[in-house]
Amino acid sequence: MTAADVVFGALGLVVLGAAVLVVTARNVIHAALWLVVCFGALAGCYLLLTAEFVAWVQVLIYVGAIVVLLLFAAMLTRAPIGPSQDLDSGNRPAAVVVALAVAVTFGTLLVQAFRTSYVDLHRVAGSGGGQPIGEAIFRNYVLPFEIASVLLLAALVGAIVLSRPEIGDR
Amino acid sequence: MHLIVPLLLAALLFAVGVYGLLARRNAVAVLMAVELMLNAANLNFVAFSAYLRDSAGQVFALFVIVLAAAEVGIGLAIVLLLFRNRGTVAIDEVRSLADADPPEPAPAGAR
Repeated sequence: MTAADVVFGALGLVVLGAAVLVVTARNVIHAALWLVVCFGALAGCYLLLTAEFVAWVQVLIYVGAIVVLLLFAAMLTRAPIGPSQDLDSGNRPAAVVVALAVAVTFGTLLVQAFRTSYVDLHRVAGSGGGQPIGEAIFRNYVLPFEIASVLLLAALVGAIVLSRPEIGDR
Repeated sequence: MHLIVPLLLAALLFAVGVYGLLARRNAVAVLMAVELMLNAANLNFVAFSAYLRDSAGQVFALFVIVLAAAEVGIGLAIVLLLFRNRGTVAIDEVRSLADADPPEPAPAGAR
């Protein structure tokens, strides 16, 4: 049990608590704001795992862009500002059972498989900065990078077409 | 750091996401649960990247973030279209793909 374990455990508690609040909050806006806490603490987890570049991309894209998009969607669909009782459907008990089954299955599997594995953080320090990640992307993963850019373009065009229904009428 | 700590956190986060996906009724809240599940996968990528001393995990975590951005953009466009055409974002009220229901009249401008 090192200091990194303790800090990671504390951040993990924040992540899990915020995640539970995201899926149980009675208010869509509050759920989106708890999502910010969850993603921010996850960025801290990435920093502890020496993945600095991924951590800052997480802050920029998830906290900065995706949560804002979700808040816009909640606003445009006229989400009730106050607490609402109809956020949850009738299959909550089944959802609890399935989620517990998933947690127990994955937990047992991972504990059995990786109980004794140890990450030597000192030996990987510095491997998650902008330069090593950029070298890895543009040397070994150029094709997935280009495919991701085409995918983003397609998603952009699709979102524009979907949200402008008058295009088809002219 | 023990590898099991981030892996267990990712598994529990994924389970919370599964619960939200199944239990939520508002389509925007369902998208939030999907984001939680994607982040659980990302945490696994980053943890194994540190464990195996290979930057491939972090590269694919970045690709997952890009995918999540595309997914949430398209998803929110669909949710907005649904709200414009039906006036609701409750996913259990949208059942017109079932055979038994009579076709609902679509408002002008909808496709």
